[in-house]
Amino acid sequence: MKGHYRNHPLWFAFLLHRLSGLGLALFLPAHFYVLGMAIRSPEALDGFLHWTDMPIVKIAEFGLVFLLAVHFFGGLRLLALEFLPWPAPHKTLAAGAVAGAFLVSGVFFLNAV
Amino acid sequence: MTLSNSDTNLEVSVWRTRNGTGLYETFEVPAHDNQTILDVVSWIQQNADPTLTYRFACRVGMCGSCAMMVNGAPRWTCRTHVNKVLKHNRLKIAPLRNLPVIKDLVTDMDPFFDKWVSAGGRHEPTRTRHDPIEEIQPANEQRAAADAGIECINCSVCYAACDTVANNADYLGPAALQRAWTIVNDEKHGDRQDVLDTVSAAGGCQNCHSMGNCTALCPNGLDPLSAIAGLKRATMRQFFKRGN
Repeated sequence: MKGHYRNHPLWFAFLLHRLSGLGLALFLPAHFYVLGMAIRSPEALDGFLHWTDMPIVKIAEFGLVFLLAVHFFGGLRLLALEFLPWPAPHKTLAAGAVAGAFLVSGVFFLNAV
Repeated sequence: MTLSNSDTNLEVSVWRTRNGTGLYETFEVPAHDNQTILDVVSWIQQNADPTLTYRFACRVGMCGSCAMMVNGAPRWTCRTHVNKVLKHNRLKIAPLRNLPVIKDLVTDMDPFFDKWVSAGGRHEPTRTRHDPIEEIQPANEQRAAADAGIECINCSVCYAACDTVANNADYLGPAALQRAWTIVNDEKHGDRQDVLDTVSAAGGCQNCHSMGNCTALCPNGLDPLSAIAGLKRATMRQFFKRGN
């Protein structure tokens, strides 16, 4: 990969944003289908919710939250990149500040729950 | 003292066109301490195979003629040192991506230049030669934005590096859009609105996915990514002002 024209952080950020978006797009129809069960057949929904108690599904939920977080921050990144005509070092500092604040508030949040 | 250490050889694969398609042909080229990719290609043409076709002119990074794909990335070959891109003593040299190949390492750059012109590359004057020259302050913000993009040498490295160009033949590409951004900021240009209309139409700046290959690889250190972001802001402002 050394020297390849895609081998730089912005391209990998694009790839991560695209893949997380595709993952979420695949998840959404299933999500709505399951929510629809609440109207059509509540027993089937209960059965499904019982299935989601399995540890493997709990682990998969971390993946889902990861996709959501990556896509959310990827979108914010794009908005900052394209709509804030700041010098690049300012953007790096701002991104670092947001990441730091998110880390601190996340730690407090995890302590609270 | 010797200028070279040509006891070692580079293994150089070069794209050759054959009957409408092509293949990589491998040459052994003597390695030197100071050697550019263009030196390597020239050595092959002068010493191994005189039928090898490639394009160059100035050899000093001014004319924008000699760009090729080198080990997977577009480079200006006259100012790319072999040591900078060499992998396991091997080089793979191909014609620029995203452009039709004429022969061997030579591409037809017409699509690139046509887009440059259609993005508003032609100057429209605001005054005639009989009027006094308009004074532009070099330090003003618009002039600084234009200055940031005017050193483009039209080498097409950004165009070859762009995945959006690869997937959308109508996309104007980084160089043409950066040129448009310099014009939008040029107070001496007579029809800046026309340029904004062109770059907000199909194939314009909104196609850009901000992958940044253009800025990462521009040999002159220009930043087409930020120029296109500037166009996105300008067209967005216009949309909210005029409604189209």
